[in-house]
This record gives sequence, structure tokens and C-alpha cells, in this order.
Amino acid sequence: MEIDLSRPILERNDTLAAANRVRLAATGTFALDVLASPGAGKTTTILATLAFLGDRFRVAVIEGDIASRVDAEKVKASGIMAVQINTGGACHLEADMVSRALDALPLEELDLVVLENVGNLVCPIEFDLGQSARIVIASVPEGDDKPLKYPSIFAIADAVLLNKVDAAPVFDFDETAFTQGVRNLNGAAPIFRVSAKTGEGIGEWAEWLAERVKAVRAASL
Amino acid sequence: MTQEILNAITQAAEGAGATRINSVRVTIGELTEIVPDALQFAWEALTPGTLAEGSVLEVVETGGRSICLDCTKEFSHDRFERRCTSCGSYATKVISGDELLIDDIDVDLAEDASDGEAEG
Ligand SMILES: Nc1nc2c(ncn2[C@@H]2O[C@H](COP(=O)(O)OP(=O)(O)OP(=O)(O)O)[C@@H](O)[C@H]2O)c(=O)[nH]1
Ligand SMILES: [Mg+2]
Ligand SMILES: [Zn+2]
Repeated sequence: MEIDLSRPILERNDTLAAANRVRLAATGTFALDVLASPGAGKTTTILATLAFLGDRFRVAVIEGDIASRVDAEKVKASGIMAVQINTGGACHLEADMVSRALDALPLEELDLVVLENVGNLVCPIEFDLGQSARIVIASVPEGDDKPLKYPSIFAIADAVLLNKVDAAPVFDFDETAFTQGVRNLNGAAPIFRVSAKTGEGIGEWAEWLAERVKAVRAASL
Repeated sequence: MTQEILNAITQAAEGAGATRINSVRVTIGELTEIVPDALQFAWEALTPGTLAEGSVLEVVETGGRSICLDCTKEFSHDRFERRCTSCGSYATKVISGDELLIDDIDVDLAEDASDGEAEG
């Protein structure tokens, strides 16, 4: 006997993500999902961005990691509220993990929650978390061919950050090729050149984010 | 991903009172990061000891297709380039190729279990 299911494979995750989205909208909290390879500079860029924004927003960071607590400790050390999620081996965050992390946060009092996803350019893509926007951080030492090798993640990004531009002189990184590679996949996402280390470009990117965080907060008032 | 498929179909099969899952059909878009061969491999690893043991996983692949927001033409494309092939615009929107669906399953019900065995 044939049984017709016609449902998304990730329906369970999609449903939980939709619930997260409703919850975040109700409290006027913007959720930013940060995607990148291991070591591209997610934690450093998050900290530089939040330092630039100062006290303009009430912020928390959710750190996704396969096993350690290092990044959450680093965030807390800068005086920012942080929750650690250990995925227990999974190479990406899923909506139910984020839901539990949101339980641990005073959402009514937060304007912005930053989700540092597990360092991976493939696995997180299909898992909606209920985020308001997704950014991809690529970094100069990884090479300019990342959009050619991992097209999907660049295709779904709302913004792309090219980090570690301070290291450009050391690497043969062709920025034109990188930009063209991103454009071929994604016509809309702005590309920000940043250095989380020197602070170069962080302001421009942070203002892009701030505009969207304000819009979400305003919509809930 | 494979575990999600297995959980969903096991639940559906049990709900229908099935004793065995013979085959499963899923649709995987070319623009997703899911590799059908990897799914097959995982299927063989995860199904033993479940209702789907020995079942066939049929993967229907859909190609990438987008519509141009500037010239409104539709065009086919691979994972690596989404630019409009007519006017070169970057402002395009995917209309197919990003599917991840469980379509249907074929099961044996308790009463036709002998039937199922005859079919192999
Ligand atoms: N030169 C330079 N180094 C950077 C920059 N941003 C980050 N780094 C360094 O890159 C290394 C990794 O940075 P993290 O921020 O920990 O990277 P991550 O992506 O969070 O890493 P995981 O969480 O382990 O995946 C650290 O040694 C940082 O100091 C940058 O803009 N320039
Ligand atoms: Mg980190
Ligand atoms: Zn066109």
C-alpha cells in the first residue's frame, strides 16, 4: 500500500524554527545566525561588532559548539551575556537547541541575539533556526575560491563578511574573484570587507546590522 | 537528515499499521547540499532493525531553476551560478531545485504481509 506523505524532510525542525521566530518577533528581538568555517573569525567578529555597537542594544550571544565552552567563556569575559549550546557531535545548530537556549535568556529585555553556529560551510544550511538574518564570514587565509567550493551557503546569505583583510598582503587573495563568485550566487547580499583584529570595516557592517535590529524592535512596539 | 526521514516514515507506517516499509521516495533539489549517494549510504547504515530494513530509497533529483526579477525570464542553472542567462542580472529568485521532501512510502499492512513476501 502506498502512503502519500508529501512533507518537508526537516518539517520537525521547520516547525520549531517557526515557533522561535514567533517568539522573537513578540519580544522584538533580532536573531543573527553567524555561519563560517572553523577559525574564520566568528567569535572575534561578533565581539568586535558588539564592542562597536556599545550600549545601543541589549544583547546576548548563543554559542554553538560541538563540545567546548571556550567561546562562551570568551564572550562572557567581555561582559556580554552568553549561553553555550553543545551540539553533542552535530555539525550544525538545530531549532530545538536554539529554543532551549532562548529559554535561558530574558528575551523581553533583549534587542539582539547573536547565534554563533558551528564552524561549517555545509551542514547548517538546511536547518532554519528562526533567525532574522544569516551572515557568512569568509576570511582571507581561506582563499578566494570559497564561493566556488561552497556555493549554497553564499547563496542563502543576507550579508557576506570578508574578514582578516589586514592579512591580505600575506595571502594571494583575489578580492575581485571573490566578489564575482559571491555575486554569481547572490545578487542581493552586501559584501563587507572587515578586520575583526584592527576594526577596519566593522563600523559599516555594524551599522547595516543596527538598522535591521532597530526595525525589528520598532515593529514590536 | 537520513534519521529525520527514517523517523517520519516509521511514524507514518506505524500509524497505518504497517509491518514493513518496502520503499521510500524523496525529492532532493540540486541546489541543496544533500548528496544522494551519501543518503543511500546512510540509509543502509541506519535502517537495519527498523521497519525500513531492506527498503529501497528512491531519490528524485530536481534541477535548479530561477526566475529573473529584471527580465522575468525563467532559466535552468547549476549550483554554482544563479545569474540570469538572458540579461545577465544578478537579481534572481530560485523557483525549484531547493526541495527536500518525503514524497511517499510503500508499505505492507499486517493482513497482506504474505503478499509482501511474495513480492520480495
Ligand atoms: N589577522 C587576523 N586574525 C584574526 C581576525 N579575526 C580573527 N582572527 C584570528 O583568527 C583566529 C580564529 O578566530 P575566532 O574568532 O576564534 O574564529 P571562529 O570562527 O570563532 O573559530 P571557531 O569558533 O573555532 O570555529 C584567532 O586566532 C583570531 O585572533 C582578523 O581580522 N585578522
Ligand atoms: Mg568561535
Ligand atoms: Zn534577466
